[in-house]
Amino acid sequence: MFDPRRVTLVVNGNPVDRMVDSRVHLADFLRRDLKLTGTHLGCEHGVCGACTILVDGASVRACLMLAVQADGRRIDTIESVAGDDGILHPIQEALSRRHGLQCGYCTPGVVMTLLELDRDRDGRSLSEPEIRAALSGNLCRCTGYQGIVDAALDLFGPKNIETSTQPTHGSST
Amino acid sequence: MKAPPFRYHAPASLSEAVSLLSNLENARVLAGGQSLMPMLNLRVAAPDHLVDLGRVSGLTGIVDEGQSIIIGAMTTQRAVERSALVARRCPLLAEAVAHVGHQQTRNRGTIGGSICHLDPGAELPVVAAALDAELRIAGPTGARRMKFRDFPEGYLTSQLAPDEILTHVAFPAIGARTGSAFLEFNRRPADFAIVSVAVQITLGASDIVTHAAIAFGGIQGAPVRFAKAEEALPGRPWSAAVGETLRRLVPELACDGDDLYPADYKRDLCGSLLVRAMTKAAARAGGRDV
Ligand code: FES
Ligand code: FES
Repeated sequence: MFDPRRVTLVVNGNPVDRMVDSRVHLADFLRRDLKLTGTHLGCEHGVCGACTILVDGASVRACLMLAVQADGRRIDTIESVAGDDGILHPIQEALSRRHGLQCGYCTPGVVMTLLELDRDRDGRSLSEPEIRAALSGNLCRCTGYQGIVDAALDLFGPKNIETSTQPTHGSST
Repeated sequence: MKAPPFRYHAPASLSEAVSLLSNLENARVLAGGQSLMPMLNLRVAAPDHLVDLGRVSGLTGIVDEGQSIIIGAMTTQRAVERSALVARRCPLLAEAVAHVGHQQTRNRGTIGGSICHLDPGAELPVVAAALDAELRIAGPTGARRMKFRDFPEGYLTSQLAPDEILTHVAFPAIGARTGSAFLEFNRRPADFAIVSVAVQITLGASDIVTHAAIAFGGIQGAPVRFAKAEEALPGRPWSAAVGETLRRLVPELACDGDDLYPADYKRDLCGSLLVRAMTKAAARAGGRDV
C-alpha cells in the first residue's frame, strides 16, 4: 500500500475495521476487501449507476467515493436487501415478476436507487415520469427500462395499495 | 481505471486545510468528488496530495442573511434541492440544481465543488453568474470576498490560489415583483447542458421591466452574461415583440462551437431558450406561474 489508512465503518449492519490504500474507491473496497461482489462496476467514472449503494441512507455512486471517505459511515449494499432466508425484498420480487432484469448487471444499482426512492416518497404514490426521473441515473443495456419502470409502478404507482415496501428484515431499515 | 496513488489528508478545521494546501506541492481539494473522482479514475488528474474537506466543520448549511442566502461550500446539491428556504428565497438556484447530474451524484456533489470546477456544461456557475453571487474565500492571509463575475479565469480554471478554499457562496435573495427561470438543452435529461440559460427580471409599474439579468452556460469556457440584452430590456413590458428584439441580438454572442455542436447551432439554442426563459420569468414576476 502506498498510503495505508485505517477505516472503521458499518457495512450491512456489521462493524468493519480495516486498512485500505487511500486511492481505493469504495466499490473496490466492498468487492475486493469485503468480498461483497453484489455491487457492480460498469464504467468506474460515475456514468452508469451499476455501483449504486446507500451511504447513511443516501444513494451514492461507490466508484466516486474513496473507501477512506466512508470512515465512520453506515453503508448498505445489495447483499443486505433480501432476507437471510433468501426471501426476496418486494422490490426484487417486483423486478423479477415484471422482467425488470435480463443479465442483471445493473440490477443491484437499480434496487438501491428504488430503496431510496421508496423511503423518500414517504407513502406518496409516484407517477411514471417521477419514477423514470429517479431511475435516470441507472443505465440498463438489456431491458429497455420498461420492465424496471413497470416493477416500480407496481410498488409505488398511483393504484398501489401496498403502503410500504421498506425491508422488514436484514439491516437496511 | 483506478486512481493513481496520492496521499490523502482529512483536516478537521479550515485553518488546518489551508495550511496543508500552503505546504504541500501539487495538492488538490476534494469536495464531493463527483467531478474529481472521475478525473482521478480516468487519470486526467494526478495530484500528489488530496485534501478532503469532508470533515472540515463549518462548511455546510443554508442560512438566510436577509439580503442573501448563504450556502456553505460543502453543502450537497441534494440538500439545496430539498431546501424550502432556497425554493422560496432563491428560486433560480432551486430550479437549476434539480438539473445537476443525478440524485446519486447530487447526494455527494457540493455547491462549492461545482462552482470551483467551472465545467462549461454545469448549471450552478450559470446561476452564480446571473445573480452575481458573492464567493467567500479562505486563505493563508485570512478571508476575502469576490464577486462571481471576477472568479472564472477560463476553461475549468478560477482565480482561486492553490492555497485558497471557497467556504461559502452568498446568493442574493429574490426581491419583490421579480421572477426567474432556468432552462437547458441537452440530449438526455441530467446530461451536461449543451446550452443553458438563467434569467431573472424585475417588473415595475405597469409591468415595465426595471432590471434584467441573463447568463448563458455552454457557449464559452465560463458562463457569459448577455449585457446587450440586459440593457435592451428595461423601460418596456415583456412581450413577444421584445423577445424578437432579443433574438436579433443573439448573433452578436461570442460562442465556441465544435463538430458536434457548431456555434450557429448553439446560438439558435440561445435564442430559443432565452425567449422561453424570459417568458416564464416575466409571468412569475407578475405573480403568475407557468
Ligand atoms: S461504475 Fe460507478 S457509476 Fe458506473
Ligand atoms: S439487465 Fe442487463 S444491464 Fe440491466
